Order: sequence, then structure tokens, then C-alpha cells
Amino acid sequence: MRITQGTFSFLPDLTDEQIRAQVAYCLARGWAVSVEHTDDPHPRNTYWEMFGLPMFGLRDTAGVMAELERARGTFPDRYIKINAFDSTRGVESMRLSFIVNRPAREPGFALVREEAAGRAIRYTIRSYAADRPEGERYR
Amino acid sequence: MGSTIDRSRPLDEETRYAAGVLEYARMGYWDPDYEPADTDILALFRITPQDGVDPIEAAAAVAGESSTATWTVVWTDRLTAADTYRAKAYRVEPVPGSADQFFAYIAYDLALFEPGSIANLAASIIGNVFGFKPLRALRLEDMRFPVAYVKTFDGPPTGIIVERERLDKFGRPLLGATVKPKLGLSGRNYGRVVYEALTGGLDFTKDDENINSQPFMHWRDRFLFCMEAVNRAAAATGELKGHYLNVTAATMEDMYERAEFARELGSVIVMIDLVIGYTAIQSMSKWARRNDMILHLHRAGHGTYTRQKAHGLSFRVISKWMRLAGVDHIHAGTIVGKLEGDPDMVQGFYGVLREPHNPVDLQRGIYFEQDWAGLRKVMPVASGGIHAGQMHQLLTYLGDDVVLQFGGGTIGHPMGIGAGATANRVALEAMVLARNEGRDIWTEGPQILADAARGCLPLKAALDTWGEITFDYSSTDTPDFVPTATPA
Repeated sequence: MRITQGTFSFLPDLTDEQIRAQVAYCLARGWAVSVEHTDDPHPRNTYWEMFGLPMFGLRDTAGVMAELERARGTFPDRYIKINAFDSTRGVESMRLSFIVNRPAREPGFALVREEAAGRAIRYTIRSYAADRPEGERYR
Repeated sequence: MGSTIDRSRPLDEETRYAAGVLEYARMGYWDPDYEPADTDILALFRITPQDGVDPIEAAAAVAGESSTATWTVVWTDRLTAADTYRAKAYRVEPVPGSADQFFAYIAYDLALFEPGSIANLAASIIGNVFGFKPLRALRLEDMRFPVAYVKTFDGPPTGIIVERERLDKFGRPLLGATVKPKLGLSGRNYGRVVYEALTGGLDFTKDDENINSQPFMHWRDRFLFCMEAVNRAAAATGELKGHYLNVTAATMEDMYERAEFARELGSVIVMIDLVIGYTAIQSMSKWARRNDMILHLHRAGHGTYTRQKAHGLSFRVISKWMRLAGVDHIHAGTIVGKLEGDPDMVQGFYGVLREPHNPVDLQRGIYFEQDWAGLRKVMPVASGGIHAGQMHQLLTYLGDDVVLQFGGGTIGHPMGIGAGATANRVALEAMVLARNEGRDIWTEGPQILADAARGCLPLKAALDTWGEITFDYSSTDTPDFVPTATPA
């Protein structure tokens, strides 16, 4: 399966040139770009690991692309995403967030059903990869 | 104004309160020198007086009938600080291009209104006055709410920012579809449509306004099958999904019961119809706030009073009321789809729903500056006769913070519902990508779609099926002010 979180997951994986253009769009608006990674892509895993702090004040796409290269070098088998944060009052949230690296194989998720009273069912989404210990997933 | 009434001198107390009938304008409801206070609620009415009725007297009558007046002088006014409780028409001007219509600006003291109650506001401003005989027609065009009044409302329980953070969806419009046919499907078949559409790439599916609890599908069945579909789709895609479960019912007790069941089943969103009424909407908003639920509002019924330009109330007023009342989603027009929607008017509604502050913008029908005082933003929903081939127009007109709902444009896809969903999602992402790259999507849009379709058969099929479909009818609710060309 292919996890479809992020802004551009239905398109073919973005080339570095395409990624750079998106980063340029974010920087031109004064948004702070950050790189995050995880090996637990559960849809409710809000807090991926930060690969360094958000790059506040950075105005050159080369800085972001270099950081992305370092992240890919360190975690080639993890999900990596680029986020853009807008600190404008009333927004103060993410404005763009897209996946830029995936493991070679994405095993997906099981849906665990617990039958409850009446016909109600309690649902749990469980990542197949996360069954293994942290660091040993996607090998 | 062609007035025949002598308003040059104020009436002395004895004359003012002599028993009998007096022109509204002379009772104190017309005051051209009045400077609206920052704390006043302001309203702009479009009035069409009956033949021979003086427009200033008509405006004063509207001010009177929407505040303290009755048709005759009453001595009991003198037991109150009546001067401050009277609404004041302070400006009357002809509507450009409409000889028989006038804009009347009216100011209301804040003390006339109960805090945090749309029902009270509506009962005052549109309560009696719309049936008033001396007027042939009356339309409430816009309102300004002072910050002190705005702060008495909780506003949207979730709002655009938190909705995106909860769902982990950023940088693009959200995608939805209303399940079709809107009536007749069994719960099991209904859930099939939900599953296919969500797995194919949509973020949301939706009950239609009149899906409640009918013989072919009782509400509990629908909720159970839909939540199976929602959770299956989330597991299949690794992405959060939702279905707007319509909890509209005959009584508040029934609505609460349905909403509680949706919550127990883990739904992220419930839905109500505008026809349940302002008080019920505010009750459901409080419930949604207590239960971390996104609240979707379908504007069922609004066309009966918003569409005709001479009479009723503008949808921008409904938009303002609903932002105060506190809904997270509201249908606000597509511009390009099958339902009424002039581009300027619709963009005006979107501004009211989404911006922290609205400057005066006559072309878009915004007559008053409005400070929303940090009140959360409502996500507009564009639904009705839109398809993937219009993606560049939709993104240009409506921006990122909107739910684009393709019902027929998903479910009617020749390759199936999932393919229809995929076509919409690919078209959307390709268009956002291109726009962010700095391309001119308004003119290059069809080419961008054609390029994306080369790698996506469902999108190609969608463009082949609907690419040429447009709904090109003139709007009835249009701007009164058009930009005048200035020499460069």
C-alpha cells in the first residue's frame, strides 16, 4: 500500500527539483520549514521525530535541501516529511506538509475490531511495521 | 430624497407624546446626524417603499419596528430611556441602478440584545418588520457586530486551524462527496459508497440534507455501516477520514441521542441542517465543543430567503450569524457549479467565514468593517455540480481553506466511485503543486490537468466525461457596486 498522508501523496514521488520549488513557495511567504521523520506512520501519530528545529529565518532553499539530504542519509528507510509553519496571528499552524521519503515497502495497517454492546464496534488501526521494535521497522 | 415631512426641528415632549399616530421619522427613528458608536450593532437594509412612501419615513419605520416602536405613540415610552433604545436610521441612499430601492443604514444600541443569542438577534432585526405594509420589499444586506457583542459568542467549536491539525491535512482544499442517490439506499449499500469514495482518495463523505431516518435506512444502521467504512478506509490509506453523519431530527432529544451515538462510534464529525433553527444550531455547537466534534452545517432552505435580491436576507448575514452561532463547516457556494453564486458575492461570503477581519468591500457586498476578535474561522464548503475539470477555477476562486465536494463528480465516474475519488484527488494535488510552483493555473489549468491525466487513467476518464460541462446561467444575487475603470 501507499500511505496517502501529506499534501502530494497522490502524485508520483516528487523529484528534488519539485521539492525545491515547493520549499521556495513556503520561504517566499515567510513560513518556517522543518524536516520530520518516523517509522510509525499511524494516522494519529501527530509527533514525528524532529530532524533539528524548524529553520526559522532561513531564506535559501539550498539550506532546506541540504538538511533533507542529511535526513535521507541518516534515515533512508523512514518516512520523512517537509512541513512549513506560518506564525501569522490567527494561523500559527502548518500551511503545507508533504512526504519526501518513504520506506521501500509499506506494509500498511490492520483494522482491529472489538465487538461491543449492540452492534457497535470499537476500531483500532494498527501498523504492521510498528509490531517490531523501534529502529527495526522497514528493514 | 423628495421628502414631504418636515423634520427640520425636533418635537417638544408634549407634541411627541400626544396620543395618536406620528411618522416614525418624527418619533426619533431617523437621525441623520447620528454618529454610530463603536459598540452599536449596525444593519444595512435594502428597502423598496410602496409607491408614494417617503424613503426616509420607510427607513425610520424599519428602525422603529425592529426596535422599540409600535404603530402608535405610547406614553409608557416615557418610563424608559427611550431615546437610547430607539434604533436610528442614520443614512438613506439610493441603490445604484435601481430607481425604486434604497439602502437604509440603521444603528442599534448594544443594550437591545441578549448576549450570545442568535434567536434574540433575529427576532429583533428580522422579527416583525419584513411584513410591514408600507414596504413592498425589504432585504437585510449586511450587519456589523461590535467586538463586545462578538465576544458573547463561543463561535466555531473547532475552526479551520484546529480541524486541519486534528485531521493532519494541510496545504490543499479538503475533498468530499455527498452519497448518491440521496434517498433509497440501504445502510449496507450506503456504506459501500462511503468506503469506495474514501479509499479512493476523498477526505470526507457526507449525508445529504434529507437523509435522517427513513423506512429504507434507519439512522443507527447508517451510522454503524458508515463508521465501518470510515475506519476501513483509514486503515487502507493510513490517512484520517470522516463521514458527516446527519443528526438532524424532530427534537433536540433525538438529535442529542444521534450525536452521542456518532461520538461513541468514533466519528470525527456530525452534521446538522440550517432548517433545525438558530437555537438548535447553538445547542449542537455547544454539544460539539464539549465532545471535540467537528460540526458541519448544510444550508438547507436558505435559497427561500437569500436568493432574490429585493426581499429576504443576504447569505452574508447568514454567514455572519453562523460564525457567531458556532459551526465549523457551512455550504457557501461554488461559483462554477450548478447552484446560484455570483463570483463576487460568493467570495464575500468566504471572506466573512474565513478572515480575522473584513474591510469594507462594496463589490463583494461587504458594507461594514468587521473585526472578528479572534473568533475561530468557519470552513466553507463548495458543493453542487462541480467536477475535476474545473479544478483550476475552483482553486483560483476559493483558495485552500475550503471543502470541495464532488458528489456526482465522484459517484458518477465511468470507472467507479473509487476511480472518481482518485481523479479528483490527483487533479487537486496536481493543481496545488503547479500553483505553488508559480504557474498561472487560470490559463494553464486545462494543460496541467491533461498532463496529470497521462499518469492517471481515472482522471483522464473524468475529463473525457465532464470536461466540457459548465453551468453558465446569470445570477440573481449580484453586486450593486461594480469597479469603475480608472485611467492608467
